[in-house]
Order: sequence, then C-alpha cells, then structure tokens
Amino acid sequence: MIIRISTENQYRLADDAAGRLNELDNEAVAAVDGGDEAGFHDLFDQMLAYVRTEGSLLDGDDLEESDIILPPPDLTFVEAQTEFTGEGLIPD
Amino acid sequence: MPGVSGRMSTVIKAKISKMLDRAEDPGETLDYSYQKQMEMLQQVKKGIADVVTAKKRLQLQADKIQKSLPKLDAQARQALSQGQEELARTALERKNFAQTELQSLDAQVVELEGQQQSLIDKQQKLSTKLEQFRTKKEVIKAQYSAAEASVKISEAASGVGEEMADVGLAMQRAQDKTENMKARAGAMDELDAAGAFDDTLALGDGQDDIDKQLHELSSGAAIDDEMAKMRAELGVGTAPETPALETGSAPQPETGKSSPTQENTP
Repeated sequence: MIIRISTENQYRLADDAAGRLNELDNEAVAAVDGGDEAGFHDLFDQMLAYVRTEGSLLDGDDLEESDIILPPPDLTFVEAQTEFTGEGLIPD
Repeated sequence: MPGVSGRMSTVIKAKISKMLDRAEDPGETLDYSYQKQMEMLQQVKKGIADVVTAKKRLQLQADKIQKSLPKLDAQARQALSQGQEELARTALERKNFAQTELQSLDAQVVELEGQQQSLIDKQQKLSTKLEQFRTKKEVIKAQYSAAEASVKISEAASGVGEEMADVGLAMQRAQDKTENMKARAGAMDELDAAGAFDDTLALGDGQDDIDKQLHELSSGAAIDDEMAKMRAELGVGTAPETPALETGSAPQPETGKSSPTQENTP
C-alpha cells in the first residue's frame, strides 16, 4: 500500500501496516475529541515515525495514487480539531 | 478509515474527482490537468521567492535588534549612574524584550530556511512529474479511443492530481507562516518607529503605551537581578530591598528609592 505524508513524501508499506496505523489513527482522533493535545501530538508523531521507518520512499518519477494520506507533520492541535471538515486543509 | 488520515484522504480524493469532472472529453481532461500543474509550478516558484523575501526581512530585523542590545545596556548603566532608576529599568526592560524577540526571530529564520528548502524540493519533484505526465498524456491521447482512455486517464490524473493537491497544501502552509512572520516583523517595526531603540535616553512622546506593555511583558525578577548586578558593577546606590534585617519601618518596595528627587528627564 502507498501512504503519503502530506507536504513530505509518499512511502510504500506492507499491506498489513494499515492495521497498526488504523489503531494509532483511532487513538489520535480520540485524543483530539478528548482535548488531549499532548496525547494527540505523541500519537501523531508515532504514526509519522512508523511510516517513515517501515516504509520505503517512492521514487520521484512515480505518479501513483496513495491509499492513505496523513496530514502534514507540522499539523497543529487547533487544525486537527477544526480543519478536517469541509474545505479543510486542502486548498482548491 | 474514519480517522484523521481517512478524512484527509477523502477530502483530497473528492477534490481530484471534482477537478477531473470539469472536463468531459478525456483529451481535454488531460490538457486541463497539465495546465493546472503548470500554474501550480509557477505558484511554487512565487512561493519560494516570498519565503526568501520574508527571511531576508527577518534577518535584517534581527541584525538591528542585535545592535540595539549594547546600546540599551549602556543606556541602563548611564541612567543608573545618574540615579535614574525608572529610566534604567525601562532600558533594561527593552533590552530584555529585544533579547526575547531576537531568540524568536532566529527560530523563525531557521524555520523559513527549512520551508524554503522543502519548497525547492517540491518544485523539482513537480517539474519531473509534470514532464512525466506530459509524455504520458500524449501517449494516451494517441493510442486510446475516448472510451478506452478514460480509465488510463483517471489513473494518471489521480496520481498527478494528488501530487498537485499536496504541493498546493505545502504552498498554502508556507504562505500562512510567512504571513504570520510578516505580521510579527511589522509589529517590531512599529515598536522601532516609536523610538524604542532610540539613541536618546529621554522618553519621547508615544512611548508610554509601549513601556506599559513592556512592563507587563517583562519578568520583574529578571530585571531586578540585572539592576542589582549593574549597581554592584557601577558601585552606586545600594538597593533597599537587600538588607536582611527589617528594623522599624519597612522600606517602600518600588518607588523612587536612591535618588532624593523623583525621576525627571534632565
């Protein structure tokens, strides 16, 4: 599977990586919902680290669509809370 | 995936399909995508120029503040040796504020440098992918009938569309940060224009507000420490709060101490 870290790079990971990411993802969302800023950053950093270490960087010549797109590494807690609706983080 | 990453993917995919839907004819879709990518590349180039400009401005600002430090220090000493406590305190507060500001400026310059580099990388990557896409586009247009082409096209366009959305996002974030820094730099300019880092020892017009703000911002304890150190170095008027024994009337904590007259500009 292909995972993109927004504003950074695309990585190719084993298909079963999704399970671990999904866990972290759900925990991160729970942290956001619970207003736990430190917890969110910690989990989000874990997600990014997981992709960066487990995945192999996709070559710049590839034009492949990602299966999962992670938010930018410099995502703020406020953005995580508010920006994932409607137009959100992604400009037209 | 319903979570953070799921939402991100959904939004991006929705945007790509919206983009693809704009043109009905596959050939047109390809040309349209290509055109959008070219525009994006131009924007990235402009974005890099903006970041460089913002960075230069912050560096100039930092230089200026750096130069003001010894001046403020000298002013504080001079004021203190003349027994003008309040004036010395004001100069030290400004120095303290300038130092804090300097640290933050340095951090911002480093951040901008990182952004500049990442945008340059993005630009190179996008140029490569654009070239890739252009070749692919011509092949698809030449080899496939309209019906056959649609799948190929949506594949190629989605991949490149995602890249574009990502570059767009990187651009937007760099621009937002640059704007923030410009605003901060603007605030510093105002402070500067109001004479905060002026040569003269005397307080000029319009400085009351600034000094009131600085007063609130600065940590009183740090200023007190620095004042005490300066007094010791200069060998002038001992601070009244130092004596351990409090006999009789307690000394007044802050107001006009060592000099018999209240602080007045000479």
